Amino acid sequence: MTSPLQQKLKITGPTAVTANRLADGVVVWLTAAHGWSTHIGEAAVATTSEAALALLNAAHADENHAVGAYAARVAVEDGRASPANLRERIRVDGPTIAFDAAA
Amino acid sequence: MYVYDEFDRAFLGERVDDFRDQVTRRLSGELNEEEFKPLRLMNGVYLQLHAYMLRVCIPYGTLASNQLRALASVARRYDKGYGHFTTRQNIQFNWIKLSELPDAMAELAAVGIHGIQTSGNCIRNTTTDPWAGATPEEIEDPRLYAEVIRQWSTNHPEFTFLPRKFKIAITAAKHDRAAIRVHDIGLRLHRRGDETGFEVIVGGGLGRTPFVGKTIRDFLPKEDLLSYLEAILRVYNSGGRRDNIYKARIKIQVHEVGTEEFSRRVDEEWAQIREGALRLDEAAFDAIRDRFVNPAFEALDDAPAALAEALKNPDFARWHANSVGPHKVPGHAIVTISLKPVGKPPGDATADQMDGVADLADTFAYGEIRVAHEQNLTLPHVRQKDLPELWRRLDALGLATPNVGLISDIIACPGLDYCSLANTRSIPLAQRLTERFADPERIADIGRMHINISGCINACGHHHVGHIGILGVEKKEQEFYQVTLGGKGNLKTRLGELIGPAVSEEEVVDVIERIVDTYLDLRESPKETFIAAVQRLGLDPFKERAYAAR
Repeated sequence: MTSPLQQKLKITGPTAVTANRLADGVVVWLTAAHGWSTHIGEAAVATTSEAALALLNAAHADENHAVGAYAARVAVEDGRASPANLRERIRVDGPTIAFDAAA
Repeated sequence: MYVYDEFDRAFLGERVDDFRDQVTRRLSGELNEEEFKPLRLMNGVYLQLHAYMLRVCIPYGTLASNQLRALASVARRYDKGYGHFTTRQNIQFNWIKLSELPDAMAELAAVGIHGIQTSGNCIRNTTTDPWAGATPEEIEDPRLYAEVIRQWSTNHPEFTFLPRKFKIAITAAKHDRAAIRVHDIGLRLHRRGDETGFEVIVGGGLGRTPFVGKTIRDFLPKEDLLSYLEAILRVYNSGGRRDNIYKARIKIQVHEVGTEEFSRRVDEEWAQIREGALRLDEAAFDAIRDRFVNPAFEALDDAPAALAEALKNPDFARWHANSVGPHKVPGHAIVTISLKPVGKPPGDATADQMDGVADLADTFAYGEIRVAHEQNLTLPHVRQKDLPELWRRLDALGLATPNVGLISDIIACPGLDYCSLANTRSIPLAQRLTERFADPERIADIGRMHINISGCINACGHHHVGHIGILGVEKKEQEFYQVTLGGKGNLKTRLGELIGPAVSEEEVVDVIERIVDTYLDLRESPKETFIAAVQRLGLDPFKERAYAAR
């Protein structure tokens, strides 16, 4: 099996690394300081495959804080990342259906 | 209800203790993710889009009222106040924190429920008819055999790491409410002379490669049930593919080697173990039968005056017509509770609704609840005289939608709103369809109709066997939906046929409505059901109209 450190990664645009926080599963984004933020706007954004792979490797090395890390394409405006597709929009904003737990 | 013995209770308690220790070690970093993941999966804990998801096993879909209250408590204390009932008679909680999971599991174990074997490549929850033990159609209560299988398959050392997951379903009635022909093994209890045995069906399944199961034995004496199942599992375990996850289910093995050869291999294996320790005698069945506590039914007459009077109310009569089924005991009825209110997620119930149903079960239904694979609940034993009051109280809980078996009784997977595998959303589409088909008179006129929605090719919404099947596909990051017609999931299972190119998210509800309107225009009479009309007419008229406005 190929080590994550040896894997190649091809990106098609600005890319951030996201995962789920270990203790509660909350969606988190890897920051430039290699910490984790619940705000996508604080995510480190890579524009080359090498940079994205470096972020991903940093994420995989921190599995005691966040798990299931992967590289996700993002949109960037004013230097801040935002979701580029429906899947990431749902991860950031939550399900597109209204909760009705009090019904 | 089956009452667990000391062994079962001790086992559940020990598993909770083990899992608490595993979670503690994972959170401290002593276990890494690679080590921990298989341990959490063995307890039904997945990692989904937003959070951990806990799938809780409801053995053969049977719940006591105190168990349903425990599920409500978990929903309220550890989740966001609701749970999602699945097509395999289980329930899922979508927002559980890993750090709180051991406490949630301890609450469930206290009432005898758990998440064990709801994930992983093992034998999953054996499902059966939600009307088991209540319907006059059945020749025996299939839950006895489901429990036999549960005891055999729980922690079975040989079958804990199969090539892929393995699902078994049983029915004992002439109407299949367990979809046995699309399971890895389907068992149909029937009689030959005075003897009771099983038709054994193998290799059914949906997903990306759907197959209708093949009968490999017409009549298996019931005493041979476990030895024969063990033989099937051994043939699968040794010969099923492990090189490709998409070809690892038993259906692929049966397809590749052929039904006859597969059956021969099973017989060869079976000959070696048939007379061994797995042979079931009457004492073994009696020991399990004795732990089932059945209701002490009151002696009542059918069609009591209170019911006849209530049926004059058209709203009650409409609900009664599609939610109430005949019971084997006079004066009683089976009630299906629709979890498909207009505009709500199919299969979801809030904690308050779960508590409310538990109370109603205690008051009107001998304290017993079932989960149906259509993602509804069932009260299997209701006194007919209580039906009007039950209906009023269900209505107060938002659970009296008169749509059971009708077009808005939609089966849908969680889809992209929750699931990490999905490509598209299922629930919002189901909600829009229920809103389009909200008029009770209109849906009663449309008649029996099953719409099934899957958010990806894994087919958790069973779209292949929907009268109308809808499969979400992603095209350039946009949601599109393929439509199939003519599927059905009963004893005469058929896979639906694709009518044409996928349609966009904006178009799909209109397309479904045009298909329904085509049926209404072309049916021979209101007695001709949608599925019968599709079989008579073929796809062409539906296809033409479906795409006409594009």
